[in-house]
Amino acid sequence: MSETQLIFQLSHPGRSATSQAPKALSDDKLSAIPAHLRRKQKPGLPEVSEMQVVRHYTNLSSKNFAIDKQFYPLGSCTMKYNPRGANRAAMLPGFLNRHPLAPESHSQGFLSCMFELQNFLKEVTGMKGVSLAPMAGAQGEFAGVAMIRAYHDARGDEGRTEILIPEAAHGTNPATAVMCGYKVREVPVGKDGDVDLEALKAACGPQTAGLMMTNPSTCGVFERQIEAISKAVHEAGGLLYYDGANLNAILGKVRPGDMGFDVIHMNLHKTFATPHGGGGPGAGPVGVSERLLPYLPTPMAGQRDDGSYHWIDTDTLDTSIGHLSAFMGNAGVLLRAYFYARSLGREGMIRVGEFSTLAANYLLKRLEAVGCTAAYPDRRASHEFILTFAKEAKELGVTAMDIAKRLLDYNQHAPTTYFPLLVPECFLIEPTETESKEALDAFVDAMAAILEEARTEPDRVKEAPFTQPVRRLDDVKAARELDLTWTD
Amino acid sequence: MPYIPHTPDDVRAMLDAIGADSIEDLFDEIPAHLKAAGKLDALPDGLSEMEVTRLMSERAAMDAGAVSFIGAGAYQHHIPAAVWEIATRGEFYTAYTPYQAEASQGTLQVIYEFQTLMTRLTAMDVSNASVYDGASGLAEAVLMSLRANRKSKSRKVLVPAALNPRYTSATKAIVENQDVALETVPFCQEKGQTLIDALKPHEGEDFAALVISQPNYFGSLEEVDALTDWAHANGMLVIAVVNPTAMALITPPGEWGEQGADIVVGEGQPLGVPLSSGGPYFGFMCCKQKHVRQMPGRIIGRTVDMEGKQGFTLTLQAREQHIRRSKATSNICTNQGLAMTAATIYTSLLGPDGLTNVAAHCHANTQALADKLTAIDGVERAFTAPTFHEVVLTLPKPAGEVLAALAEKDVLGGVSLAKDYGMSNAILVNATEVHSEGDLDLFAVALKEVLA
Repeated sequence: MSETQLIFQLSHPGRSATSQAPKALSDDKLSAIPAHLRRKQKPGLPEVSEMQVVRHYTNLSSKNFAIDKQFYPLGSCTMKYNPRGANRAAMLPGFLNRHPLAPESHSQGFLSCMFELQNFLKEVTGMKGVSLAPMAGAQGEFAGVAMIRAYHDARGDEGRTEILIPEAAHGTNPATAVMCGYKVREVPVGKDGDVDLEALKAACGPQTAGLMMTNPSTCGVFERQIEAISKAVHEAGGLLYYDGANLNAILGKVRPGDMGFDVIHMNLHKTFATPHGGGGPGAGPVGVSERLLPYLPTPMAGQRDDGSYHWIDTDTLDTSIGHLSAFMGNAGVLLRAYFYARSLGREGMIRVGEFSTLAANYLLKRLEAVGCTAAYPDRRASHEFILTFAKEAKELGVTAMDIAKRLLDYNQHAPTTYFPLLVPECFLIEPTETESKEALDAFVDAMAAILEEARTEPDRVKEAPFTQPVRRLDDVKAARELDLTWTD
Repeated sequence: MPYIPHTPDDVRAMLDAIGADSIEDLFDEIPAHLKAAGKLDALPDGLSEMEVTRLMSERAAMDAGAVSFIGAGAYQHHIPAAVWEIATRGEFYTAYTPYQAEASQGTLQVIYEFQTLMTRLTAMDVSNASVYDGASGLAEAVLMSLRANRKSKSRKVLVPAALNPRYTSATKAIVENQDVALETVPFCQEKGQTLIDALKPHEGEDFAALVISQPNYFGSLEEVDALTDWAHANGMLVIAVVNPTAMALITPPGEWGEQGADIVVGEGQPLGVPLSSGGPYFGFMCCKQKHVRQMPGRIIGRTVDMEGKQGFTLTLQAREQHIRRSKATSNICTNQGLAMTAATIYTSLLGPDGLTNVAAHCHANTQALADKLTAIDGVERAFTAPTFHEVVLTLPKPAGEVLAALAEKDVLGGVSLAKDYGMSNAILVNATEVHSEGDLDLFAVALKEVLA
């Protein structure tokens, strides 16, 4: 594929997409702006025609992998099909043109969707209250830990300075704890993928504010001792935080609220099929148990006795941790999630956990059969599982990264690589419930072929990819000789 | 089964390969008494696409039909059809974070172009790939200023009262857990601006940064050169909060005062992103080159592949949570990819002249609206400072009452300043290039009736 020029290289002075902007105004219309506050030189934006823009960005789009084009087995990312109907519904003019500060009289349609979505999420998670305000998983985590802190502070319980985090956790967990003013203590994970319970008990104490964990964990297995963990943390006076990254695995099968969690965040861009958009936007609603209800972030949707809907904000909930954005979070993403929830309904929710787990266990067994090594061979896979290529790295010099890159040549997106950190040379693989058996089989065939190549012609793997718009990139040069903007 | 492809035969074959009798067997590691069976009864039955679409169309229609003059941080603009037709192509819409650079050159090049566009609009050196929105972007900028200002030991930042109060409250909610304090700088009641006089009490005190909003919440243009030079003379960094449309007409922060602003953030929504009840929008974030390693969020760099061919990749990842964990610059993992892609297409379509014309029409229409409304008895401009595309008006009646009466006529007449500023009779109104002369007259007629 040819190198695409930058939009700036297409620029020609005096050219423009004239139908997209109003005509120039005479300068006297701007006389109210003092001259010394006026921009002296026009900004260096590209001067291009409408078709040049359309063609340029359409061509760029073709250089992406996407769920709409390829199997995307990224572990803990839940790359399931994003229903097109959800996009159309969220883009209805009444939703698209509604100003976030429109009065309640002109917001009943939107508020009703948000109120119902809050209730659906409460029901599937077993929590007592839900706020849709956080704009991504990381912000949901922030809100969750901030609520834990607000809870301890409100009780005058000031000696709690530590958050416990299993070592397999995603990097956001410790980063979030620090953003909330806590120290992080990591808890080891045993050989079977479960938390080392004795080490956890030893780590719990009067300094424990809470524990953040994912279940099923990022080891791709269900944490079997969850009730004992819950008991240990609660007895020490800490609260239990559920990272919803892997909620897809258990949707409809077991609820975080029933497992003893006090606060959870959900990633709607994973579990509720909203798009990842090349890295965002997401939505990270939070759910809480009874004792954290006063601290939920605002605004939230409420319903009056007469059936009408209203906003719940800090003027009536002054214990709230407050606003996390200027308005109410990623509303358009929430509407897409609402569409998905209505589309699936009760039975559909239950099927998500069932069929994502079926797909993962099937894929694991088939991959083991073609010579892949499972990190936890004696465990059931959840909706995802870990393979390790430590043997291939040692014996053949072919790393997990090499195999990941070679997969791109087989038109398969690479799984999550080198995460969790505690398993060497690993893939974290999550097929989701929306992939057909044929798609799973094709991935197995690709992996079998690559393992064969690793033995017979390892350079085909080590130098991959060959078929993409670019070969492997020089990341060292990118970091050492920073080039972050185009210079004409 | 919506979106699940498996036939009964598929399921049987898959279970056989696993060696399990039923799907339920796959959950045998979960303690039986924890299982959720029968606990989801409050959820409704599933609906077909046709049924959900009908339901949501009815809901959406309930919120449509009014003419709005609400701004206050989110603005109506014409969005070229091409913007979202391209941004919602599956190749952009359903792609993941570009960690596999070779398979993500489309997204990566768009971000690199976006970074370039934002630095050119703001006259800054570098930009990141965007953060959640303008308000949370300010919180990130405040935290960044503490890291970047090596001369200051302070964990305090000066914030003008004339800053959008939603930015102040979100920033507080995000930074206060890290013992960061925001100290308020009052505004001039007559001019609606932040004056140097209000900063004088803090002369010689240790603050990490001064926040300057251009325009400010009241739509007023601040004397940014003097404010910037004052901050730098007092050892503070300058965090600029700017409207991107205004940048086409107004001095960009990179050129404020002697040295320019140090960090720039703002709400990107005006650049081709629909109002959509408040999101998804995107926050842009730019800074001087020397502070780039303190910047949070994703950053894309241009490099070469092993054959010497140009390519784009995530860079400076050692700042980020997936590498640095508890020592990261922020916990942020995402950018607002789709909204940022839309803004890149929008800005390219508008070009320098188009964006300037949009900004000029916003300004002129708001001036015209203010003239029409202040022609009504008892309606006056609250402040004397020059404005960009928003203005505060005082009314002869309480703002809440007037706005409710206007809403009954399907005119959304702005935002009340009663709650945030104790200005019980004041409203903040906005007009942009989308408002016709007829729209402005409609507002004036409706307001006259309501006040009569």
